Amino acid sequence: MPVDHATQIAAQNWQGLNLSFWLITILVISSGAVAAFARNIVQAAFSLFFTLLGVAGYYILLGSAFLAVTQVVIYVGGILVLLIFGVLLTNRPLERAQTGMGRMYFVGGLLGLALLLGVLYRVITGTSWVVSKTFIEPGESLRPMGRLLLTDYVLPFELAGVTLLLCLIGAAYLVRRRER
Amino acid sequence: MNDIFTTLGFSSATPVGLQAYLIVGALLFVFGLVAAMARRNAIGILIGIELILNAAILNFMAFWRFAGGEAAGGGAMAGPLFGVFIIILAACEAAIALAILLSLYFNFGTVDVDSIRQMKR
Repeated sequence: MPVDHATQIAAQNWQGLNLSFWLITILVISSGAVAAFARNIVQAAFSLFFTLLGVAGYYILLGSAFLAVTQVVIYVGGILVLLIFGVLLTNRPLERAQTGMGRMYFVGGLLGLALLLGVLYRVITGTSWVVSKTFIEPGESLRPMGRLLLTDYVLPFELAGVTLLLCLIGAAYLVRRRER
Repeated sequence: MNDIFTTLGFSSATPVGLQAYLIVGALLFVFGLVAAMARRNAIGILIGIELILNAAILNFMAFWRFAGGEAAGGGAMAGPLFGVFIIILAACEAAIALAILLSLYFNFGTVDVDSIRQMKR
């Protein structure tokens, strides 16, 4: 059966996209579970590294390489390093066991969250989402983004800058050495 | 049910759909919620919050990609722009939270949120 060349390429492309989606999903879900449930906080922090990288991969699949780079630079390079510094600076073994919750609370909490996940799943798969006919092409997005940041989004942009400055000053103030 | 499998990307004839991304986002959100509620180490709570924020950005991006095709003006780039703003605020939040945490550690000698019951020593 003759297959249209363009269709074939398109099919192969989808296959690669779907395969990479599933590989990233395996990475994100397994490392996310470790980040959420690991007893050892250092393990959890390092596992978060792979979760954040995987989510950056999703952003590439979804068509914004800029956001992926931002995620890697700020989240992985900044926030995660900060978190690991925090772990290493405050890592004194807790007196009691680290999972100090009662067994019943733990089972109950897990049940409640499984219920929440079930409801979310039903809502997501049960809703008939309105999807655009025209997909957003993963192309050049930097120029329109920069333009929008200085026109439509100029107030949030400036506010974000001021917020960052305030956070820097506040953080430095909070951890200063107090003279007693 | 066949529909679900198609939209989840098991068939190579169609791309991965919106719902697959939403389900991953829901899973990440629930993981983060568990960590934020059940962890006793304050840094574990912070990790949970980061997971929740990532789930939120993932949802923004998925809706932008699959349902934002006709948006114009400021909405045309809404997904990545909201993502960037969320990442900026997450950086702020992490910096402040770690400052508070270190301050707590200097004052109380622990970051176990169950044993810290007062705001000053």
